[in-house]
Amino acid sequence: MTAGKWRGLVVPVGLLLAAEIAALVSPVSSDTLAPPSQIFGAGFIGLGDGTILKATGQTMLAALGGLGLGVGLGLVFGILLGLFVILDRLMEFPVEAFRPIPSVALLPVAMLAFGFGYSMEIAIVAFATFWPVLILTKAAIAGIEPRLLEVSRALGFNLFQRVWKIVLPAALPRIFVAFRLAAGVALIVAVTVEIAINPLGLGYAMMTAQQSLNPALMLALLLWIGVVGWGFNALLMLLQSRLFSRMNTAEAR
Amino acid sequence: MSSVPNKVVAMPRAASQDTLIAFRGVDLDLAGRRILEGIDLEIRRGEFVCVIGPSGCGKTTTLRLIAGLFTPTKGSVEYDGKPVTGPRRDIAIVFQDYGKALLPWRTVAGNVALALEAIGMPRAERSDRIAALLDKVGLGKHADKFPNQLSGGMQQRLQIARCLAQNPSVLLMDEPFGALDAMTRQALQDEILQIVRSTGTTAFFVTHDLEEALYLGDRVVALSPNPGRVGEIYDVPLPYPRDQLTTREHPDFLRLRRSLFDFIKDAES
Repeated sequence: MTAGKWRGLVVPVGLLLAAEIAALVSPVSSDTLAPPSQIFGAGFIGLGDGTILKATGQTMLAALGGLGLGVGLGLVFGILLGLFVILDRLMEFPVEAFRPIPSVALLPVAMLAFGFGYSMEIAIVAFATFWPVLILTKAAIAGIEPRLLEVSRALGFNLFQRVWKIVLPAALPRIFVAFRLAAGVALIVAVTVEIAINPLGLGYAMMTAQQSLNPALMLALLLWIGVVGWGFNALLMLLQSRLFSRMNTAEAR
Repeated sequence: MSSVPNKVVAMPRAASQDTLIAFRGVDLDLAGRRILEGIDLEIRRGEFVCVIGPSGCGKTTTLRLIAGLFTPTKGSVEYDGKPVTGPRRDIAIVFQDYGKALLPWRTVAGNVALALEAIGMPRAERSDRIAALLDKVGLGKHADKFPNQLSGGMQQRLQIARCLAQNPSVLLMDEPFGALDAMTRQALQDEILQIVRSTGTTAFFVTHDLEEALYLGDRVVALSPNPGRVGEIYDVPLPYPRDQLTTREHPDFLRLRRSLFDFIKDAES
């Protein structure tokens, strides 16, 4: 590794050292802060005994479940609204009326409907991810080269063939961007729901740590959520470059 | 409308046996503007018809009417004696902008396969047919490449191969060689002539290149603008096989080129 690559670590490592020294020197003990050594220690213990991994599994299950539902529905409706102008006109008002509702504001409703647990969290994540996928899929379809649609008309494709052979592949690079965006939203919303109300997953673990005056574990979980989010996005980026590298021209258009 | 009553045609006009495509008194309005007016034109089976005219005279529009992508406002376009109601698989279109008409996510072979999927050919039979078609247009060695890895001429060859895969009775070509360099254009002109002759396909070829129209066509239809109508139809009595050198030096070629040139100059003035 070259010196240039190490240079990027100077500031973060310096800050960690400074935080550690400050905690050692300062006489005050804190309910909200912990020195980096304790944070990492709590993190390793949590990872070692499986509690953090279990909570991660719960959060990811809810996030991915909601993501799948939201993306699936958003894709179907986005394609329909993108292909049929009449539907788009009809749905314009409902879409614009429901879309701005903050997903977390649905918590009381979702709790009445589903109670605590996965279904409530999945429903709220699905609601939050549905809209960006719907809007971006619609836009992706509007952006398809009109000549390609003419080619499919000239070949006499029916609606299913047109969607499967032309519309979806042509819009896929942009739809995947929507999917990545929605994946980020899904994790944020899932953790938010857990912190606010749902006794599940990483968000709930953080709240428990905070309420039992264990700032080291709380901050370790916070760091871990960052790592999970970063890893999830990196995985999707990798997938994207694998899937679409061959047709980068289509994506650039 | 004039007060003179329309003359009733006593007998339904029987299309001559070998008329494949017929425009019968076709008017077309798009967005409230008259684009074409009173187009009457018959194209025989196996004929190579070229369409020229100043820009904005509706060359491409006539092609799209045959393709079934537009419907006449008045009159009718008939194919094989029946009105054209929509696109059909035995009429293939070669678009000018080959880069946009190809599927960038499919290989060369995959793009040809698209047309075979459209006609419902079983998967097992496709690969032989694809190989034969790609050989025919000189892309045999490039089956696994993607369109963006091909030159413009090769991309247009690929589009032609995809159209041939439909096994069309009619090839509609909309300025297919307009964006290619001169050498590639000449090579493709000879190939398309050879393909059309050998398969007995009817060809409707829109171009702004007068010499190209004469070189390829059995007849050249010259359209006048504002609104588009048939200005003149020239028979091209040049012998086959046509040759890039001798055909273009033929006295008839030179005479017709002058007539077409004068027509365009008059139409534009």
